[in-house]
Amino acid sequence: MKSLKNHFSLILALFSILFAIQIFVINNRALKAYEEKLSSNYSMIVVANTSVADDTFKKYSANVDTVEELSADEIIEKLQENISKKNIELLKISMPKFYRIHLKSFPTPSEIKYLTSNLLKNSSITKVEDFSNNHDTVYKLLLLFKEITQLFALVIMVVTVLLIAKEMRIWQFKHSERMNIMGLFGAPVWLRSAVLFRLAIVDALFASLFAIGLFSIISQTLWAKQQLSVIGIDIDIFKFVHDGTVLGVVSVTISIMLASMIVIGYKEEV
Amino acid sequence: MDKVIVAENLTLSYNKNETIINKASFFIESGSFTFITGASGSGKSTLLKSLYGALKLKEGSLIVGGAQINNISSKKLNFLRKHIGIVFQDYKLIKEWTIEKNVMLPLIIGGYDKSVSEQQVHKLLNHVKLNHQSGKYPLELSGGEQQRVAMARALSHNPILILADEPTGNLDEYSSELIWNLLEGANTQLKTTIIVVTHHIPETMKIDYKHLHIEYGTIYEVT
Repeated sequence: MKSLKNHFSLILALFSILFAIQIFVINNRALKAYEEKLSSNYSMIVVANTSVADDTFKKYSANVDTVEELSADEIIEKLQENISKKNIELLKISMPKFYRIHLKSFPTPSEIKYLTSNLLKNSSITKVEDFSNNHDTVYKLLLLFKEITQLFALVIMVVTVLLIAKEMRIWQFKHSERMNIMGLFGAPVWLRSAVLFRLAIVDALFASLFAIGLFSIISQTLWAKQQLSVIGIDIDIFKFVHDGTVLGVVSVTISIMLASMIVIGYKEEV
Repeated sequence: MDKVIVAENLTLSYNKNETIINKASFFIESGSFTFITGASGSGKSTLLKSLYGALKLKEGSLIVGGAQINNISSKKLNFLRKHIGIVFQDYKLIKEWTIEKNVMLPLIIGGYDKSVSEQQVHKLLNHVKLNHQSGKYPLELSGGEQQRVAMARALSHNPILILADEPTGNLDEYSSELIWNLLEGANTQLKTTIIVVTHHIPETMKIDYKHLHIEYGTIYEVT
């Protein structure tokens, strides 16, 4: 029972770290998916006197993905009742060309400004509608979320360091006596630390198994899927192989680091 | 007879200002039984610590089992300790290990075969009348029983030297007698060199022994 309690303290500390890391990963994944969604929905409208080739637009920014020419037929159809056919033909010739530009990634306000000013340098282009007011609001919100995520990551790091430091002190106290006794009978350092490393790895594997189990269950629940569908995104909450490996590696690395620090900091009692 | 320990001008201290043992010279012959006595705080345990390399020498020279203790490398010290059995007043048993595993510790460190180790452990636990307790943990045993376990551990790897620091200090008469008998047996039958730090030499000692006394940092032989 006591032994289980000893294991539990490290498993719980590691599990907390893994839980926080996976939450950070999910948050980041959701933000990225949302950013992609915003990017696919966002476009700029360009008005030009004459036809402008797709490559010309791409020359202004590497972020330009596709260019779509907007047909003027719809507008002309509405005017057909009041204007003669001849005038309509003339209108067709004199009407400016409309283009919709789709970008590869969601642009920053400065990127929009840069692209707009570059496009306007082209003598054929007379107007660029970048919907910057609407874009700025969404972008600032996204930026806020990103910053919160980064702050969260920082908090995780601080908590991780504190948890490790606390665990280290407990482990140092718990294991130094055994290591000292083993040393008195001539055990080399690797043998004295073998138990410590074995415990650290076993506890790390248990902690990662618990975390993998929990997130596998969460990812299967309807509730989680509903939460994501509300904001119109579809992401993998838990990629079993990828995320499971990451959690396992992080857990074992932290444990081994902890054990190594104890071994390095170990001093034989006199 | 070979000398297992040779000290020359041995000076020991825990800090710069206070000297515990001052320029002591003595030797201990292989296969002998030696008592080190002295008042509390005289430096008996400090001297013993220096013999198993747990305390650096301030001055002088100390040779144990042919190994020079001054600036000994950790590899050589581990090798030396594999041939020494130590008994402490506070037992120093590993609490999370069973009695059996505690006794087996020197054999695990020595890399002995598991079945040979198990046989040896059971034989020794039988000697100290604790075979029925082998699966228990140290804290489940009385002080006397724990010291008997520590004694069995010190003997398990047939060391050339046993260092005992007040091994019967806190024990009842029965356990004390058992410990003295084991130490005497190891000395007479196995020719193990025994050094015991104690306040009182038991009157029941049946064998010849050497008596070193420490007073005011000086070690002298009592004849």
